[in-house]
Amino acid sequence: MSKAWMFGENMNTDEIIPGRYNITIDPLELAKNVFCEVKPEYAKTARPGDVIVGGQNFGCGSSREHAPIAIKGSQAKCVIAPSFARIFFRNAINIGLPILECPEAAADIAEGDDIDINLSTGEIFNRTNGHRYQAQPLPDFVLKIADAGGIVNFLKTHDIQDLLA
Amino acid sequence: MGTLIEEIFARKAGRPVQAGEILLLDVDYIMSHDNTTPLAIKAFRDIGKPIHDKNRIVIHFDHAYPAPNILAAENHKKIIEFVKEQGLPHLLHQGVCHQVMIEEGYITPGAIVIGADSHSNTYGAMGAFGTGLGSTEIGVAWITGKCWFKVPETIRVELSGRTQPGVYAKDVMIHIAGLLGMDGGTYRSVEFGGEYIDNLPMHERIIFPNMSTEIGAKCGLIAADDVTIEYLENETPAKGQGPFERIIPVKPRYERVLEVDVSVLAPQVSCHPDVDNVKPLTEIEGLEVHEVYIGTCTNARYEDIEIVANMLKGKKVNPLVRVIVTPASDRIYRKALTNGLIDILMDAGCTVTGSGCGACIGRHGGILAPGERALTTMNRNFIGRMGSPLSEIYLASPATAAATALTGKITDPRKTLELI
Repeated sequence: MSKAWMFGENMNTDEIIPGRYNITIDPLELAKNVFCEVKPEYAKTARPGDVIVGGQNFGCGSSREHAPIAIKGSQAKCVIAPSFARIFFRNAINIGLPILECPEAAADIAEGDDIDINLSTGEIFNRTNGHRYQAQPLPDFVLKIADAGGIVNFLKTHDIQDLLA
Repeated sequence: MGTLIEEIFARKAGRPVQAGEILLLDVDYIMSHDNTTPLAIKAFRDIGKPIHDKNRIVIHFDHAYPAPNILAAENHKKIIEFVKEQGLPHLLHQGVCHQVMIEEGYITPGAIVIGADSHSNTYGAMGAFGTGLGSTEIGVAWITGKCWFKVPETIRVELSGRTQPGVYAKDVMIHIAGLLGMDGGTYRSVEFGGEYIDNLPMHERIIFPNMSTEIGAKCGLIAADDVTIEYLENETPAKGQGPFERIIPVKPRYERVLEVDVSVLAPQVSCHPDVDNVKPLTEIEGLEVHEVYIGTCTNARYEDIEIVANMLKGKKVNPLVRVIVTPASDRIYRKALTNGLIDILMDAGCTVTGSGCGACIGRHGGILAPGERALTTMNRNFIGRMGSPLSEIYLASPATAAATALTGKITDPRKTLELI
């Protein structure tokens, strides 16, 4: 089961991981304090494969990559939100944290719902209420980065020019 | 033909471009600091390819500098070893990265500069494209010398009139943040212009692109003009590197135009806990504060410190309030010292610290306890940003900060200045 954890609008990078914890880049260390002020029970009880569901402008604020890394370190399967802040979106794709833009899902899913996600098609199925949602497809060049598992892996085998080729 | 961002990107692309296109562009400078560089080094090592051009890499120590703890010291050590290993020529520890990038002449009109810091938008004040990215992309750009960008749509903010005495650029920008909202500029270029901007000196212009970050913008831009060129030629080492091009919008198509007459504005405050929770100062006057912090890439330039010193001269700040002044750079600190401003501040009871970002990110040098409230010249008032999640941050101009330092309560600077 993939449990949904709900978060509010304009969830900023300080709320995802406060600045005082950013002194490390270890994903598991960061994950210990992820969302520690807004939802401390997440870091303590979330299980691998759970799903973060945020409000609009998810990840606003700092450019700190510690925020998506902390979420990835918590082994969340994916972040679903109606919209993402610009730098968070790029950072998540670049480090290989799956994110899906889907206003319908973000509005309909409730805390604790059991969520099934097909990352390659963007289909989201809510096992708890039986509803299906379709996320916005990612642009082709972004998919290339996502498919490689992040920009670092992409560049190990490609040139940067290949992104737009 | 196009908006300012389309014109700037077109110069680099070598062809006309339009909003919505994806471009892969050469970058002029790649900025990072002690907080974000370690992750960039990790990405660089993981990819395992050589640096494209070491002259384009600029690394600053400012976020946790001098090191407040062992982990920060380890970060500095790791970065210094990397700089030595790669022979990088630009490792700077002379102030807040964005201020130093501008005052050391790295930012010139039309330049494309990416930074592993969200307030890299600041460079737009020079007619350059500056934007914040994560560390991994910085490590990638060290190797490729390039970065991909989607050409953004533009919101034009047209500012007319002149501010009344006691009202400053910071008040105007806080007002704009309230009008557009904290996601009002997301994915957009926000272009600031009009008669008010034309007449504004560089130190006040910088505030607008700097705080465009707070409304989610990809960049905040001001077209380069005589003020920009004179600043570059007279105040920075970029002197003589010109001629600098004055890129301007040409028959632009804006997604939205916001018109603001600044002459009707009174001092403004961004109240806890969001930048767009904006109120005229008069509505919250008298609210008790425990700390006044004058610092950061937004408002700790020489002229800001001068405003504060002029207001505090011969007076004493409230002794129950911690009043901290952190000049944005060593150069500013030195000038304030030479001209006697630091003496005035210290005589008034302020604590003056070396330049850096520590207090603004809750790292060191001004952390707030639970239940405390700060009035600051910063750009961001997220919950817990300066320390305890149970503390509050109010954002305002340096003049409002000085007036508040004297009383210990949020105070209208026009009263201290005897304007009202």
